[in-house]
Amino acid sequence: MAKAKPVVSAKTKERDKRTLGKIVNLADDVSKKTLGGKEPIFHIPTRAKSNTIWNKKRGILEMGDGKADRPLFDLKTAKQFMQTMLHGSTIKDLIDSGKTSSLRGVFYKAKHTVAGTKENTFDTQDESDPILEDLEVTLGALREELHIFAENRGTLVGNITIVDKGDEIDARKMGSGGWGIPSIVEPDVIQFKKCEAKFVLHVEKGTVWNRFNEDRFWEENNCILTHGAGQPPRGCRRLLQRLNQELKLPIICVLDCDPWGHYIYSVIKQGSISLAFESSRLAIPDAKFLGIRAKDYDECDLGDAVKIDLTENDIKRAKEIAAYPWFEQHKGWQKEIQKLLSNGFKMEVEAMINKGISYVTEEYVPERLKAKDWLD
Amino acid sequence: MSQPALLEEAHPASSNTSKTMKSKNAPRANAESMATKQRDISVSEFFAKNRHLLGFDNPRKALLTTVKEAVDNSLDACEEAGILPDITVIIEDLQPDRPASAKSARYRVSVVDNGPGIVRKQVENIFGRLLYGSKFHRLKMSRGQQGIGISAAGMYGLITTGKPMVIHTKPSAKQPAHHIELAMNTKTNRAEVTEDRETRDFPPERFARLTVGTRDLSERGEILSADVYPTGTSVSIELDGRYQKGRGSVDEFLELTAIANPHARFTFVPPSKVSEDEKDDTPLLKQRVSKFKVAGEDERADEGSSPAAPAPRPAEPQVTTETGGVMIFPRAVEDLPPETKEIQPHPKGIELGILLQMLKEAEIEKGGYTLYNFLQDRFSRVSSATASNLCEKIGKTSRTRVADMDHDAAERLFRELQDSKLPPPPTDCLAPIGVQQLLKGMFKGVRAEFYAASSREPAVYRGRPFLIEAAIAFGGELPGDEPCRVIRFANRVPLLFQQSACSSFKAVIETNWRNYDLQQPRGAVPVGAIVIMIHMASVWVPFTSESKEAIADYDEIRKEMKLALMECGRKLGTYLNKRLKMRRESERRDVFERYIGEIAKACNAINGADAKKLYEAMLAQAKKRTAIADLKLDEEGKKLKDEDPADQDGVIIVEQAMAPKLGARTNDDAPPVGKQSKAERAMTEVAARSKQAEEDSQPRLLENENPSTRTKAPKKSNPATKTPKKTGTPATPKSAQNDVRTADLGPASASESRIKPKMRLVNGKLVPADQPGLF
Repeated sequence: MAKAKPVVSAKTKERDKRTLGKIVNLADDVSKKTLGGKEPIFHIPTRAKSNTIWNKKRGILEMGDGKADRPLFDLKTAKQFMQTMLHGSTIKDLIDSGKTSSLRGVFYKAKHTVAGTKENTFDTQDESDPILEDLEVTLGALREELHIFAENRGTLVGNITIVDKGDEIDARKMGSGGWGIPSIVEPDVIQFKKCEAKFVLHVEKGTVWNRFNEDRFWEENNCILTHGAGQPPRGCRRLLQRLNQELKLPIICVLDCDPWGHYIYSVIKQGSISLAFESSRLAIPDAKFLGIRAKDYDECDLGDAVKIDLTENDIKRAKEIAAYPWFEQHKGWQKEIQKLLSNGFKMEVEAMINKGISYVTEEYVPERLKAKDWLD
Repeated sequence: MSQPALLEEAHPASSNTSKTMKSKNAPRANAESMATKQRDISVSEFFAKNRHLLGFDNPRKALLTTVKEAVDNSLDACEEAGILPDITVIIEDLQPDRPASAKSARYRVSVVDNGPGIVRKQVENIFGRLLYGSKFHRLKMSRGQQGIGISAAGMYGLITTGKPMVIHTKPSAKQPAHHIELAMNTKTNRAEVTEDRETRDFPPERFARLTVGTRDLSERGEILSADVYPTGTSVSIELDGRYQKGRGSVDEFLELTAIANPHARFTFVPPSKVSEDEKDDTPLLKQRVSKFKVAGEDERADEGSSPAAPAPRPAEPQVTTETGGVMIFPRAVEDLPPETKEIQPHPKGIELGILLQMLKEAEIEKGGYTLYNFLQDRFSRVSSATASNLCEKIGKTSRTRVADMDHDAAERLFRELQDSKLPPPPTDCLAPIGVQQLLKGMFKGVRAEFYAASSREPAVYRGRPFLIEAAIAFGGELPGDEPCRVIRFANRVPLLFQQSACSSFKAVIETNWRNYDLQQPRGAVPVGAIVIMIHMASVWVPFTSESKEAIADYDEIRKEMKLALMECGRKLGTYLNKRLKMRRESERRDVFERYIGEIAKACNAINGADAKKLYEAMLAQAKKRTAIADLKLDEEGKKLKDEDPADQDGVIIVEQAMAPKLGARTNDDAPPVGKQSKAERAMTEVAARSKQAEEDSQPRLLENENPSTRTKAPKKSNPATKTPKKTGTPATPKSAQNDVRTADLGPASASESRIKPKMRLVNGKLVPADQPGLF
């Protein structure tokens, strides 16, 4: 099949025009205020816990209406104001030229020394990324609408055929490496074609995923196998959500038994605070937590070698997580975290290898799946 | 003449009592045999043995004390005669070939003044006897007090080298000078003249030809010129001493004396054998360099760094200069300190023994003297009413004669005097240095950015009037992380030793400098770039010892000192506060100005708005807003009341010293480019860059912004930046008189006037420095 050069669809054009309009509006506001003798100011929706609302009904985190002022003539915000403006112009450039750029690329494009000084507009990418998120929420435009993507992170394999920018990907034939989940997986880029899989097994990181893939777990259990390299990026989460919503596949997570694993699950399920504005696109309220469970040390008769002592920080974090409104009311989770704390140690998925190389893929997960022994 | 007797009498008396005690215990000798050994001790013998009491403890101090005594005498003599002092101090190294390890060497100290000279018959008495002088018997503010100093120095010289003092004195401009050589006989406390002739050689010509530096100055008539020294005295003493720089050195003494005596001009020819060799190598070259500098550059930048600076012109601000190793401390003010009056003792300041003595003397001087008259004549502040009242109270009449006062009556009188209500002693006997003079003196000697001075009203201790003055210099080139330096003066004489025993030092420690934004460890002097000066003027300064090194710690004195220091501290605090605000303001403005250009460009790139207009509009807003922010600061921070205009008299601010600090933060490798603001610099830089940059759609808004600044700035920096490289700060003179500065800045001045006006704190407000009338 001849590859059709991806043409810019009318829909995309329309979308770009809309985004451009938003950016120009932003700049117009600045110039109008400036020339009118008023102080230019941005109103940036706040991405903080204080402005995050737990929508119990939908089971996701949502962003509130809180906005932070970012005036130019304030020592605290003057530089951020400039950075916001610079990124606005960078994005306009990207859209104008019909290209996309990585977060890092945008950082480099806008980075230079401020005229007449030795000061950089941006010192590190850490300074640049939040400004882009600010722009997303301020403009009400998604990252892909701003022509920005993140590094590909996360891998997929399984009984599904995917169309990626017109190319057909048979996820059953991905060898040992799997298909890298792109940062932008919106329907105009990624479409699902044929899917036999009955569920998605999401594991925490690549090493675990390799174990499952090598053991052809997805073939044996007729599923899709993904990982998100720790905290899954937006692309991975969005893909999981689409699989869940469009193909009605349950999402089942196998994560470490520690506060970080619990947090990853929480983010997949409810969304994160910093991306609360995207929760409706990312959160999967019925995602399930299969393991590793705190009770497994006893139930699976694991050796002492699997134990890693909880640090002060872990304990603090566990308590915080237990206090999340969506866990607070959940007896199972309260019990789970209590057990973790009373154990006094955490366990990694890889630790299961202590029982046998393929214990986790051939016994642990299939048994739990069968018993539907999970937290949700 | 009667006074030395007091001292001499004391010794025979004490040896008498010890004799009787000894003879009781062990009759090894009888009274007769001992009596043969008992004799008068000459005061000279006493001090020859106890020379540490007079400040001749070690060779180094001996050299200093010799200079000090001679200079003190010269200054006193000049002032009393109403002559503006011009004093030349020469130290010759008489053993230049000694090994480097030698602890001491023979020096010849010569001090030449342009004072009134000394009449021939008094020479022996003044230089050849201890405790002979004009100053001891009176209550008048002067440097010398006891009449010990110069003769003691001569005695020390005689003891250590065996050489007599050489004195040239010329009491009359028309008569030839006297050349006298004399040695003191310590047994008799009398001088023995070894040579006595008339000479035309005054000021002694030999001195002017001593070194390259002096020859140089002599050609220009700037050292020991006969015009300046129509009369005067020259004293030369050979002695065993040690010349060393640093604390407690002759250099420091002269430096400080110059600060406290801005009306005097000092020239110092130090005994630098090393620099002498250096100079002889390339004397011509050095001279050429010197001439070149005069023609092309700002010469004041060269202080202490090059031997080539010419002497200051009269109109210039006066700062210390060096020529061929010769230090010149120029005269900073042309007015002599006001003449002080001699006063009678205040009744509250005397003791019973003194009263008895006074009664006795009065009787001897004037037979039939009445008590009534005695009280009025011999004390200050005793009116006729008070006198008759006092007579009545002790049961005498106003006719009672002094001779009829027995011991009991005198004691009653003494007690009545102490209890009576009397006005404080008169204060016209005090001559403060004065706030403006203090400032000029400090300005001359200390390179700082801020100077403040205060002069207290006279006060009284033990019935003696005194007056405290203080000054501080802050910032500039002073080291910022060391304990501050305290310089102390009594009657304009610097006190160099026993700092911690001195009342003034205690006052500095007891003052809470933290109130004025300075660091101060507990129980110590403040730490920071600050020099503190304290001056006590009094008819009788209570020293802790004969060598006059520390002021005794009277509560009244220390209290006044603290008040004076606090006054200076307040001025400094206000200044620091102001400076902080100014910095904060300019920092804020900087931050905004830095980003505005970027924002305007980015905005232009998005919506095509006119970047130049945007930039200008934002700049205008930034300026307005930083001004508003400042007002807010004033309201939040210290209230306006502590900026009482009256408080801000007596302050000099050197704006230049502050400027590089401001600029240094972001432009650390760039030369300090005068008063160009950062935004202006940014424009220059942007403009320069845009020439090389490829042509793109970015409008060059900054370049258009202010073409005049851009083109002028590079030109301007040339003359202004060359000189600072040598000194580290812009070479602009630390002038208080702005008109003077612009005049002698030469090439730089024209461009400087285009830059922002220099600001200066006057009466609590910042005004452009061009406004005259700081002094």
